[in-house]
Amino acid sequence: MYAFEYFRPTTLAEAAQLLASNPEAKLLAGGQTYIPTLKQRLAKPSAVIDLGRIAELRGIHEEAGGLTIGAMTRHAEVASSPLVKRVIPALAALAEGIGDPQVRNRGTLGGSIANNDPAADYPAAVLGLGATVRTSKGRAIAADDFFTGMFETALEPDEIVTAVHFPKPEKAAYAKFPNPASRYAIVGVFVAKTASGVRVAVTGAAPCVFRATAIEQALEQVWSEASIDGVTIDPTNLNSDIHAQADYRAHLVKVMAKRALRAAG
Amino acid sequence: MRISLTVNGKPVSGEVEPRTLLVEFLRNQLGLTGTHVGCDTSQCGCCVVHVDGESVKSCTMLAVQADGCSVTTIEGLAKDGELHPLQRAFNEHHGLQCGFCTPGMIMSAADLLQRNPDPTEHEVREWLEGNLCRCTGYHNIVKAILAAAQSMRAMAKAAE
Amino acid sequence: MAEKGIGARVPRKEDLRFITGRGHYTDDINLPGQAYAVFVRSPHAHARIKRIDKASALSMPGVLAVLDGQDVAADKLGNLVCGWLVKSKDGSPMKMGKHPLLAQEKVRYVGDRVAVVVAETYHQAKDAAEKLVVEYEELPAVVDLAKAHDSSVLVHDEIPNNLCYDWELGDKAAVDAAFAKAHHVTRAEFVNNRLVPNALEPRAAIGHWDPGQDAYTLHMTSQNPHVHRLVISAFIGIAPEHKLRVVAPDVGGGFGSKIFIYGEECVVLWASKKIGGRPVKWTAERSESFITDAHGRDHVTTAELALDAEGRFLALRVNTKANLGAYMSTFSSCIPTYLYATLLAGQYKTPAIYCNVRAYYTNTVPVDAYRGAGRPEASFLLETLVDQAAIEMRMDPADIRRKNFIPKDAFPYQTPVALVYDTGDYATVFEEALRIADYNGFPARRAESEKRGKLRGIGLSCYIEACGIAPSAVVGSLGAGVGLWESAKVRFTHTGKVQVLTGTHTHGQGHETTFAQLVADKLGVPFEDVEVIHGDTDKTPVGMGTYGSRSLAVGGEAIVKACEKIIAKGKKIAAHLLEASEADIEFKDGKFTVAGTDRSKTIGEVVFAAYVPHNYPAGLEPGMEETAFFDPPNFTFPAGTYVCEVEVDPQTGEVDIVRFVAVDDFGNVVNPMIVEGQVHGGLVQGIGQALLEGVRYDDSGQLLTGSYMDYCMPRASDVPFFEVVTSRGTPAVANSLGVKGCGEAGAIGAPAAVINAIRNAIGVRVEMPATPERVWRAIQQSPMLKAAE
Repeated sequence: MYAFEYFRPTTLAEAAQLLASNPEAKLLAGGQTYIPTLKQRLAKPSAVIDLGRIAELRGIHEEAGGLTIGAMTRHAEVASSPLVKRVIPALAALAEGIGDPQVRNRGTLGGSIANNDPAADYPAAVLGLGATVRTSKGRAIAADDFFTGMFETALEPDEIVTAVHFPKPEKAAYAKFPNPASRYAIVGVFVAKTASGVRVAVTGAAPCVFRATAIEQALEQVWSEASIDGVTIDPTNLNSDIHAQADYRAHLVKVMAKRALRAAG
Repeated sequence: MRISLTVNGKPVSGEVEPRTLLVEFLRNQLGLTGTHVGCDTSQCGCCVVHVDGESVKSCTMLAVQADGCSVTTIEGLAKDGELHPLQRAFNEHHGLQCGFCTPGMIMSAADLLQRNPDPTEHEVREWLEGNLCRCTGYHNIVKAILAAAQSMRAMAKAAE
Repeated sequence: MAEKGIGARVPRKEDLRFITGRGHYTDDINLPGQAYAVFVRSPHAHARIKRIDKASALSMPGVLAVLDGQDVAADKLGNLVCGWLVKSKDGSPMKMGKHPLLAQEKVRYVGDRVAVVVAETYHQAKDAAEKLVVEYEELPAVVDLAKAHDSSVLVHDEIPNNLCYDWELGDKAAVDAAFAKAHHVTRAEFVNNRLVPNALEPRAAIGHWDPGQDAYTLHMTSQNPHVHRLVISAFIGIAPEHKLRVVAPDVGGGFGSKIFIYGEECVVLWASKKIGGRPVKWTAERSESFITDAHGRDHVTTAELALDAEGRFLALRVNTKANLGAYMSTFSSCIPTYLYATLLAGQYKTPAIYCNVRAYYTNTVPVDAYRGAGRPEASFLLETLVDQAAIEMRMDPADIRRKNFIPKDAFPYQTPVALVYDTGDYATVFEEALRIADYNGFPARRAESEKRGKLRGIGLSCYIEACGIAPSAVVGSLGAGVGLWESAKVRFTHTGKVQVLTGTHTHGQGHETTFAQLVADKLGVPFEDVEVIHGDTDKTPVGMGTYGSRSLAVGGEAIVKACEKIIAKGKKIAAHLLEASEADIEFKDGKFTVAGTDRSKTIGEVVFAAYVPHNYPAGLEPGMEETAFFDPPNFTFPAGTYVCEVEVDPQTGEVDIVRFVAVDDFGNVVNPMIVEGQVHGGLVQGIGQALLEGVRYDDSGQLLTGSYMDYCMPRASDVPFFEVVTSRGTPAVANSLGVKGCGEAGAIGAPAAVINAIRNAIGVRVEMPATPERVWRAIQQSPMLKAAE
């Protein structure tokens, strides 16, 4: 790890101010991706701003029938929250499947989506549920606009995710085919029946989480596994690596979509 | 930076660089070498300790992040010279061979059993997602954890 | 049987320190004044070193030294060597490329050591290492084993075709003749996937030169500290052997990878002197382990089995290319030859076998022994080939094996590939395994799986292993540079406590318990009174270390011999004390008794008399401490049958191991609990090879599987509970204990069982590792499944 300065603000305002005045600084949320990155000297921040002691960024609340979850809420908290299990059980189940127990005890929702790893789980839920990302600049960014590319988001350099609002779906579930080594998603599919229609978000398969519109359209017609059978997933823009070629990923998108559909009921 | 925390029930403090990992602080500055480092990608789990009662990978946390926290390492698991039921079960069921993964394995399992006192075999195996062992084939580790869970339940019942 | 003697399931003595976090692994040790080493490694698979400029690294804070290949050459340090000379079939010796401690002129794989930076702190060494200027002229690399022979790229300029040796074993003419009259020939090509050992404790070392004594101490992660001492003194030439102490404290697993003499440990020892005698510590990061620890396996093989009309094996013909990596590692030559081709008879009475092995250099990490070492490769090809023959001849895989087993009355059995099996009863073990696995009930279970949309398969594997590699005269004639005996010293103290000093090393195997059981049993002393000491060349007698499942069969027998010497001496003392004739003294359960009387002395009394010899036989030396060396007359030959049952998800290609039965013949067993644990661990390494693990390089020689993010280690959720039986043993004859060795069996036998089970489920043999994607693709191509549709 390279040497860096360390700040531990206790309010969001303080954190935002520190970030604005240290352009080479990076935010530290749960650190479960960023600390390994630092350890391998793949990043060289001038300073690290630890969001871990900012109480206002943490917590799970019911809002407008859905859920608002603070950016620094840990995966284990979401996974075990009775409120999440009641309102959007698919979200609790997804959180329960992220990484391993120790990662879930430290890793956070905000850290996950701000990093936007192409194989992370949370982006699929945020996009699949049509959630809204709230930020330190008072913006409310729709999920459809938030994830802009591989490790890229709509966040400005000095902007901090504060919370995510998830509307309550009629039905939803997530199914993941994990990479056997890293256990990140080779393909993860979040399927949701929402007030605004069917949403199907796919993570792991491409450089960035995306909506499988063909599956959405098919499920809009008939909410059944058979509908998915009739869809063709084009492998052209999907990832190919030593763990899975694009055509296999394309196949898995359908298999996982069907499994999510079955779980959603 | 100066940090102060509680480690295995005792207050400690020390001067650390911000880049010092919690595991480095425990091993190099406190001499608590029971917590091991087996990888550099946060997957092997040899370094698992408890921070404020929850299992975390001490190689994936900065020492400064633990400032003010309560940390328990494998050295602090036995109470008053009495081995923890997990420690006893690992011995009785041959849940360790080279011993390198063992501290992390036991600390991880201890977190499981405080959340779920009666796990199934499947739940134990799933919980150990973040703990690698190259020696035992996991067979006797899983057996030991199930046995410890049973003896802890019996102890809890007897205490009622 | 003593309560904690031979055969008892005694919980391990060594556990207490490990479960309380009080073990002492090398990285846990810190010496006063210690400096830190970080290695600068080649980022290229193949390149010429044009220039190294140390200035900018040397100017970094805290830097004490920067050393490179030129410094190694200037100090005339020797090269790393391979200690087993294999000759090609034309009689020429193997071609060993030069392997300096730090690269000179060329780098030959990604990770090759270029320089070392020594600094006051680890972070300072790491920071400075980044500043070292190394200019390379990149060269094309040869990475693919299959292309090594015809490549225009030479890993070592002086070695044509990258060919180290072209070796053969067996009667080629007899094999060719048998094939000519065969009713059926089964032919297949195999890739035995390259693996990374991945002991969970990364390699580490602290070198220390003491200027006052002009003596050296090397703390390190070693399976064989005396072998390290020998090579570092005799070949590398850093210190004379009597001035070098190698200490291998608690070691966190080895699996072969900590046998070898690597550059890093030598360099920190040398560097300590270069900086004036401060200790120098190095601990590998896991990413470093992936590119420096010797890898395992990596064969490409064509094999053919000739059969008669009844399915009897007539001959086996095997052609193998073995990958050595960029340099020969310490024992790399013998793994794909004497530990591979000699095992090709398996459990069968195949009358004629021929094997040709060509070993090639490539621009990859060196390859050497990894758990099983040669024997898993042999067992895998034979057992999958036999299954294929059964399928082609429309026979049950169980029946074709029954037809060909060496019968139990045929022992000792001379195979056509040099070995003489001492004992075994393969058919009995086999039937026991099938019974436990309910082989006959499989069709019902398959039908039940089918209802749930799963494809179920069952697979058999009947492995043979050769352990306790010996005798020295034979291995010497085959090219071994060392003897393969073992030593032990049994020492009583005044108060009747026992110290057992062994030349073997325990890094998970439980020697502190097993050897104590042995001594408690032989000498009739309490188990608790026996302390086993190992891993320090200044304490223990010279020994050869732990690998090849040899510790009990060879090292344990040396302990028995030392105990026998103790008893013999004790009889003389007891006879004197009891005023009886030595010939009349019997020893049993810790007591020396005059035969036919109740007059006796306990071993404690006899020992006390030996140390306080006020009343003592004239002419007898005082003291009670005996050393023994044991060179076995033969290998031991564990064997067993493994039955694996899998469910395959045809949607995703995922393979779930639903049941695994292992019945092993390990001869006699000292501690069944420990032996079963060894089997469990071996099985999961074998299952890892079959399903999960495999090294991948890109065409330029960059390692794509360089961390746990990409190299898949088996986890708890990947495997089931195992059903392991070790009570069907036929005692070995090469040692008085009748033990055979159990450490590698699981890794040898499991891969074929898994792959055969998958083939049984989907109708196609999938190359290892049988990842979900490979299995899914195989399912798309499976004629069996197409026919069923």
